[in-house]
Amino acid sequence: MHFHKYEKIWLSFGIVSLIVFLSVVGVSAFSQNHTPSGGMDTIDPEKVNETAPFDNPGVTQLDEDTYQVAIVALAFGYNAPDLRVPAGKEIIFKVTSTDVVHSFTIDNTKVNMMVVPGRITTKSYTFEEPGKYLILCNEYCGTGHHMMSTEIEVY
Amino acid sequence: MIAQPERKIALWHLGVAYTAFLIGTLMGVLQVFIRNDALQLPAWLDYYQILTAHGVLLALIYTTFFIFAFFITGMSKSLGSFGPKVRLFSWIGLWVTLLGTVMATVMIVAGEASVLYTFYAPLKANGFYYVGLALVIVGTWISSFALVGHYMVWRRNNKGQLSPLFAFMTVTTIVLWIIACLGVVATVLFQYIPWAFGWTDTINVELSRSLFWYFGHPLVYFWLLPAYIAWYTIVPKLLGVKVFSDSLARLAFVLFILFSIPVGFHHQLTEPGISNFWKFLQVVLTFMVIVPSLMTAFSMFATFEISGRKKGGTGLFGWFKKLPWRDVRFTSIFIAMAFFIPGGAGGIINASFQLNEVVHNTLWIVGHFHITVGTPVAMTFMGLTFWLIPYLTGRRFTKRMQRLGFVQIITWSIGMLLMSTAQHVLGLMGAPRRTAYSGYNDHPSAMEWFDGIISNHVTMAIGGTILFLSAMILMYIVIMTMFVSPKAETPEQMVEFPLAESDMSNTPKWLENWWIWIGIAAALIIIAYAIPLTHMIQHAPPGSKGFITW
Amino acid sequence: MDKKQSDHEVNLKGTLVSVFFVGIVIVAMWVAVYLMYVAR
Ligand code: HEM
Ligand SMILES: [Cu+2]
Ligand SMILES: [Cu+2]
Repeated sequence: MHFHKYEKIWLSFGIVSLIVFLSVVGVSAFSQNHTPSGGMDTIDPEKVNETAPFDNPGVTQLDEDTYQVAIVALAFGYNAPDLRVPAGKEIIFKVTSTDVVHSFTIDNTKVNMMVVPGRITTKSYTFEEPGKYLILCNEYCGTGHHMMSTEIEVY
Repeated sequence: MIAQPERKIALWHLGVAYTAFLIGTLMGVLQVFIRNDALQLPAWLDYYQILTAHGVLLALIYTTFFIFAFFITGMSKSLGSFGPKVRLFSWIGLWVTLLGTVMATVMIVAGEASVLYTFYAPLKANGFYYVGLALVIVGTWISSFALVGHYMVWRRNNKGQLSPLFAFMTVTTIVLWIIACLGVVATVLFQYIPWAFGWTDTINVELSRSLFWYFGHPLVYFWLLPAYIAWYTIVPKLLGVKVFSDSLARLAFVLFILFSIPVGFHHQLTEPGISNFWKFLQVVLTFMVIVPSLMTAFSMFATFEISGRKKGGTGLFGWFKKLPWRDVRFTSIFIAMAFFIPGGAGGIINASFQLNEVVHNTLWIVGHFHITVGTPVAMTFMGLTFWLIPYLTGRRFTKRMQRLGFVQIITWSIGMLLMSTAQHVLGLMGAPRRTAYSGYNDHPSAMEWFDGIISNHVTMAIGGTILFLSAMILMYIVIMTMFVSPKAETPEQMVEFPLAESDMSNTPKWLENWWIWIGIAAALIIIAYAIPLTHMIQHAPPGSKGFITW
Repeated sequence: MDKKQSDHEVNLKGTLVSVFFVGIVIVAMWVAVYLMYVAR
């Protein structure tokens, strides 16, 4: 097995680039908490409406600088009344589904969460800009999938 | 020319492949017009039904049948005629796969399976949709074992020798495919079918998704590797040179066996139930599978340069002009490769852990797979089709057909460039995939997406229309070369199977020791999957009952 | 076949430049999306 000299140069460049990419995302994810949405919490998909925090969906202030937003996704909408949160504060989104798989995706943000029945997806995000953001479902969930949306207001 | 029985088996595969292609691309053009509200469907037809048909027929059926046609022809060509058993099982494989295809398609048409080709639970299709898909897999296994059997006979008769490169690569692809299918077979057999027929009440959703993606990522390599086989073994012949490096080509292929499977979590980066550690571990493994593609890029350019220089090209890029641009068999594949540059780069982005949040399930992804499977793979298959069908039918590939071939690949390129660029840009702005027409109640953000020069409703529709026209030109070429074109009479009129020579004198024997590769692959799979999957089973939430939301 | 000799035989300068073009596409696209990620 024999590598041409230029092939060695090329593969070294390629592998180094890949290592750099991995390091950049790895460090940013694990040391600055920029991990993608996820979480290991489970829930009974048939008892969502009786289980905290989804028995009281919407915005709750946890402390001075943190808010929690609990959302129930269902075909074809979100049970999340009065979505108003402040800019510059940490918002912890917790989302689950009572039926099929959906997503909870806030336009123009890093919030792009898969919502799986039986599981609670968590994502922490801090809005910089006040405004009204479109929320939509980008995981196919049935005939009304493209109608599944709502809005969050950041003040 | 290969033996008549093999030609017949291969032609049947091509017939099914192009029937699927015809219906699938028709669905594609309907999609672009529904998406921009230019087309209203009758009440009995639904966007997602069409999209399911498009995904299944193009991504699963067209590819699979084409791949086996190519493998059967190439294996007969490089290892000699099939024995009676190999033939018999190739036929059985064909019929089982076809039966499964028809079953799944009937369910889609009947509106009983608008669950897309990924069929995520707890969307619950008619049980026969899953049975159909399972039969497709079983059928491909039968065909695979037939080819592996043929290979084993050859090995027995040629003790101690390396097999020809084409055969080696075919077997690699089949090994990868069989290991990959274990995941989808497990979930369909033990989760979906019992649940869809009502024998169990609920399903473990996250487990079913993970088993699906254990299969779903190597699935894309099952599409890609046959294209790579053509790039490594056919293209050099068209250029009049040998394979650049036999040993590196084989090394690249075995690396695909190792690293294309334990990576499925990169499709599940934004979902719950898998901890960040396991997601990131599979991200790292995903990056390893980029390396053999980097090797392939080098080999391809080297093949071009060596050929061009041999023909008198000088300077840094003189060789480029010497490539056989007037040969549609080459130009098609060259364009396919060119599309794979941004396609592959996009794949690296998708797999980059949290960067996935920017693109996940947006139209970017749709753009991405149309410039990976939809063009690099599909256009390589088109470039093969041009000579494969006449080779098998003994007809001529006439000048007129060659010219049409150029029209076909150029229109496909233009259409795909328009459509996929629009999709990439729309996706980055946030427009979701898998959606019928929607303005989200005229929300300003949604309005903004479609306001760009490239990212508007028109570009995608124009692209889609050109693509469909191109697909119909291809259908015309397929039908002509299959049934109508004049028979080749003189040797010059005969279409050849352009298989390049490969110098195996420096190729180490251990590359063909399959147990090494299967062993390491199994170890990597266990490392990447054993703990997270066990956790998913042991700490499962109450399961989901089925939903029919369409 | 002598390995050293084959190394000197083939001139692959054009290949080297071409693959680096591929590399630049990869890096540029990646950086662009990374910056979008950071900006969101
Ligand atoms: C006439 C040519 C084609 C056109 C116009 C076309 C158009 C489209 C469009 C607009 C979508 C996105 C729909 C959505 O997300 O709402 C789509 C999805 C898709 N296309 Fe194509 N396409 C074509 C050819 C192909 C080919 C050749 C392949 C693969 C071999 C392919 C594979 C797929 C797959 C796998 C999907 C995803 C389906 C899903 O989301 O479930 N397409 N196509
Ligand atoms: Cu949805
Ligand atoms: Cu993948």
